[in-house]
Amino acid sequence: MKKLLITSMFLVMILMLGACSQASNEATEEEDTVETSAPTETAEESETDTEEKVPRVAFVYIGVPADGGWTMTHDEGRKIVDETFGITSTTVENVPEGPDAERVIEELAQNHDIVFTTSYGYMDPTINVAKKYPDVVFMHATGYKTAENVGTYQTKGYEPGYLSGLAAGSLTENGKIGYVGAFPTPEVIYTINAFTLAAQSVNPDAEVSVVWSNTWFDPTVERQAAVSLLDQGVDVLANYQDSPAGIQAAAERGVWGMGNDADMGEYAPETYVTNPTINWGDYYVEMVQNWMDGTWESGAYLGGFQEGMANIAPFGKNVPQEVQDLVNAKKQEFENGTFDVFTGPIYDNKGELRVQDGEIMPVEDILTMDWLVKGVNGSVPE
Amino acid sequence: MDMVTLILVAAITGGTSLLFAVLGGILNEKAGVINLGTEGIMLIGAVISAIVFLQTQNLIITFIIMLFGTGVLGLIHAFLCITLRANQIVSGLAVTLFGTGLSAYIGKSVAGAPIPVSIPKVDLSFLNSIPVLNAFANLDIFIWMSMMLSIILYFYMYKTSWGLHLKAVGDNPSTSDAMGVSVIAFRYFHVVIGSMLMGSAGFYLIMAYSPNWIEGMTSGRGWIAIALIIFARWNPIYALFGAYFFGGLDSLGFRMQIYDLNIPSYFLKMIPYISTIVVLMFIGWKNRSKPSIEPKSLGNPYFREQRF
Repeated sequence: MKKLLITSMFLVMILMLGACSQASNEATEEEDTVETSAPTETAEESETDTEEKVPRVAFVYIGVPADGGWTMTHDEGRKIVDETFGITSTTVENVPEGPDAERVIEELAQNHDIVFTTSYGYMDPTINVAKKYPDVVFMHATGYKTAENVGTYQTKGYEPGYLSGLAAGSLTENGKIGYVGAFPTPEVIYTINAFTLAAQSVNPDAEVSVVWSNTWFDPTVERQAAVSLLDQGVDVLANYQDSPAGIQAAAERGVWGMGNDADMGEYAPETYVTNPTINWGDYYVEMVQNWMDGTWESGAYLGGFQEGMANIAPFGKNVPQEVQDLVNAKKQEFENGTFDVFTGPIYDNKGELRVQDGEIMPVEDILTMDWLVKGVNGSVPE
Repeated sequence: MDMVTLILVAAITGGTSLLFAVLGGILNEKAGVINLGTEGIMLIGAVISAIVFLQTQNLIITFIIMLFGTGVLGLIHAFLCITLRANQIVSGLAVTLFGTGLSAYIGKSVAGAPIPVSIPKVDLSFLNSIPVLNAFANLDIFIWMSMMLSIILYFYMYKTSWGLHLKAVGDNPSTSDAMGVSVIAFRYFHVVIGSMLMGSAGFYLIMAYSPNWIEGMTSGRGWIAIALIIFARWNPIYALFGAYFFGGLDSLGFRMQIYDLNIPSYFLKMIPYISTIVVLMFIGWKNRSKPSIEPKSLGNPYFREQRF
C-alpha cells in the first residue's frame, strides 16, 4: 500500500509539474517566441555586418494575429516590414496590459533595436522601459506620452468613421442606428462622434444609440450588447470591438452591420456594409528605414487617408451603388485633404455648443474628446 | 415583443451555455469530485466543435466528437482525482490551464473562420399571442434540450435509486461501498458525463451564440458556472433559474445603458459572485444548526481502507 501511495504521489507530482509548466507556458509564450527567433536574427546580423546594419524589430500584441481585428492589422504591417527588409521580426502575442507588459517589453529591449508596442495600455510600461534603454527606439500605438526615444502613432480614426457613418445614414430607413462602443476612450468617442455627424449630414433625423461593452474582445459580451441594441429596433449596427460577434448578431436579424479595424465582410456576406481599416505597413517600413538611415526622430504621428494609413474595407455586395458613390466621393475629399470632420457648429448631446460656427477643431482637442455630439443617445461613463 | 419578453429571451439564450456547464458541475460535485476544469473543458469543447464542424458540416457528428473529446479530458481529471487521489483543486486548475493552452494551440488553423451553422429552431408560434410565454415561441433546439436535461437530472438525482446512490457516494462513500455500490465506477461515470456537459456548454457557445472560434472565447464563463453550482445548491432545477438569472445580467446591463441608468458595468459584472456569496451566507445562516447541503465528502478522495 505504501509503495502504491508513493508511486501515485510521484505520478501526481509529475503531472502537477506538467500542469505548472502548462500554466507558465501560457503567460510566457512570448519568451519562447523570443528564444526561437533570436538565433535567426543574430545569424542575419553576422551575415550583413559588413553592409548595412539590419534592424532587430519586435512587436508586442494585445491579442493574437488571428483575431480578425486590431492585432491582425498590426501583424499585416509586420509582414510588410519583414518582406521589405528580409528580416524576421519578433512578435509577442497576448501580452496583458500592466506589469506583464513591462516585463515583456524590457526583455525585448535587451536584444532589439526597435520595439513596437501596439496597445493603448502599454503606454506607461513603454515609457518606463524606454528610460532604462535609451539606445532602443520604442513606438507606441495610440498613446499620448512621448520621450526622446519613444514615438507614438495613431490613425485618424474619425475619417473612416465618418465614411462608415455616411453609409449608415444613407442605409437606415427608420433613422435608428446602433453603435456598440468598446471602452469610452477618446479614440472610440471621436469615431462615434464622426460617425454620428456623417449620418446626420445625409439623414438629419438619424439618431445613434450607444452602449459600452467595456471590452476590446469578448465575443459573448459583445453579442449581448449588440442584441440589446437590435431589440431597440436599430436597422444599422456598428461595432468598435475586434470580434465579429456584433456583425453576426445583426446578420441573423437581417440588419446592416459594420465592424472595425479589419475587413469583416466574410462574417455577414449579405448584410455587411463596410468598416474602417488601418494600414500600418507603410508607416512601419518608413520608421524602420528612418532608423537605418539614422534619421529617426520621436514624435506623435497621426495618419489619415492622405497619409495612406486609414482606409475603408470593400463594400458588402448588397450595398446600393449610390451609397458607395457617396462614400467614395467623400473619401476623395479626405485624400485631397479638403474636408475636416469636426467643423463647427457642433453641439454636444447636452445642448452645449462645443465648436463655433466655421471653426475647425484643433487636433489636440480631438485626441482628448470626452463628450458625445448631438444625436447620440447615451453618455460617457464617468 | 415587449420589453420583458426581450429580456427573457436574452437571458435564456445567454444562460444556456452556463446551464450546460453548471449541470455538468453538479454531477461532478454530487459524486464528491470538485471539477475546477470547467473553463478549460468548455474551451476544448468549443474548439473541437469548430474544427469538426468546418470539416464535416454535420451538427450531429460534431456533437458526438465533441462529447468524446471532452469526455477524455474528464477521464484525465477522474483518473487523477479518483485513482491517483490527487488534490482535486490542483487537478481542476491544471485541466483549465491545460484546456486554455491546448484549445488556443489546436484552434490556430480555424481561428476567426466563420462557422456556417444554423441550429434548428422549435417553432411554437401559437404562443406568440400570450404575454411573457411568447419568449418561448422561437427558441433553438439546444435550449429545449438543456431545459429538459435539468428536469431529467432532477428526477434522476432525487427520484431514482441511482440518484440516491449518487448522493450516498458524494456524502459517505464508505457506506455506499459497504452497500455494494462501486464508488470508483460511480465517480468515474459522473465525472466523465459531467465533463461532457461542460463540453456541451462550449459547443453551444460556439454553435449558437458566437459562431467562430476565438482564443479564450469563454472569457470566464466557466468560473461563473462554478459559482452557480453553489448558488443553485446542487439542485438542477435551481440551476436552470440561476443560469438564466446570471445570463440575463449581461444583457440587463446594456439595456440599463440604453435607458441611461447610470449603473457602472463593473458593478453588474460582479453581481454573479456577490449573489453567490449572499446566497451562501443566507443558506449558511438559515441552516446553521443543520448539516450542510454540500456533498459531505466533496474534495475527499476515497480510500477503502481508511477510516475518517
